[in-house]
Amino acid sequence: MNWLTKLFGQKEKSGSVAKSRLQMVLVHDRSQISPGLMEQIKDDIIEVIARHLAIDPENVEINLTSTQTESRLVAEIPLRLNDRRQKAAYSLE
Amino acid sequence: MSGKVITVTSGKGGVGKTTITANLSVALASMGKKVVAIDSDIGLRNLDIVMGLENRIVYDLVDVIEGRCRLRQAMIRDKRLPELYLIPAAQTRDKMAVSPSDMVVLCDQLRAEVDYIMIDCPAGIERGFRNAVAPADQVLIVSNPEVSSVRDADRIVGLVEAEEKGPPRLIINRLKPAMVARQEMLSVEDVLEILNIELVGIVPEDESVVISTNRGQPLVLTGLNGASAGQAFRNIARRLDGQDVPFIDLSHKESFMDRLKGWVNGRN
Repeated sequence: MNWLTKLFGQKEKSGSVAKSRLQMVLVHDRSQISPGLMEQIKDDIIEVIARHLAIDPENVEINLTSTQTESRLVAEIPLRLNDRRQKAAYSLE
Repeated sequence: MSGKVITVTSGKGGVGKTTITANLSVALASMGKKVVAIDSDIGLRNLDIVMGLENRIVYDLVDVIEGRCRLRQAMIRDKRLPELYLIPAAQTRDKMAVSPSDMVVLCDQLRAEVDYIMIDCPAGIERGFRNAVAPADQVLIVSNPEVSSVRDADRIVGLVEAEEKGPPRLIINRLKPAMVARQEMLSVEDVLEILNIELVGIVPEDESVVISTNRGQPLVLTGLNGASAGQAFRNIARRLDGQDVPFIDLSHKESFMDRLKGWVNGRN
């Protein structure tokens, strides 16, 4: 590796940047789900889950992933469990 | 005789559809095949000037379709080869002057007379694209190893499949092996992994393409020595004709200067 690139922090080669950017954008193109629609789906999911559970809406993530054979919508919804754990701990005492 | 209709398309403009159509047509004709090249880019015709036949146009594609001339009259014979013809696009009309079924009827007539009908498709995915793809037995998608071109090619793959034209085949055009070696350009493998279609050719970036096109002589016709793009075009033509031709090794050979740079940069 070039000592200059080491000095200034290693930079990813543009070829692999191009490939990963393409793979990301094509997941949306192929499924015809726009980033705008994704945001709307995310808001709806937050609303529904929040009705039943304490969640952390700031850190909810919804992503489309895709392989040669299938595409899937993957949601990550962090729960706010800290309060409850503390309450449980208190109740044990 | 039952000719095969091959449509050259890309989605994005400027990737080399017309140059590839011209050179593949010339290469097939120089293999002894009877070939008609059709420019379907109505309003923006260019296949005539790339093939060097721009001064010989009397009738065009729209004249044939609207019955102002017979099919034979619109077929300009390229005198440099025994059996190569061009049907030019109309320049003063638009894509709506032709319908997909007009193209099917026209190509069915030509099929009886020639071995290959090569259609140069316009950029875009609208009427012009549908006109060019409607009569196709085989669709070739041209892509440069660049994000915009590959993205559009992916869209075309979907549209060709929707038209039930069978799996399209891919030509990667204007590849720069030295940039791929530096990992600053998408590689053939990267593009294939993304598009997941069969590769039929890789054409390296080559100045002689511009030089021969300047003169109105498709590169394949000039037989320039060391013309790597010319060899690539000839190989693609043979593959289209059903021959099994190995791909040229385009991996970049390190020059002394490359090694020197690598050494200066502290690479092993």
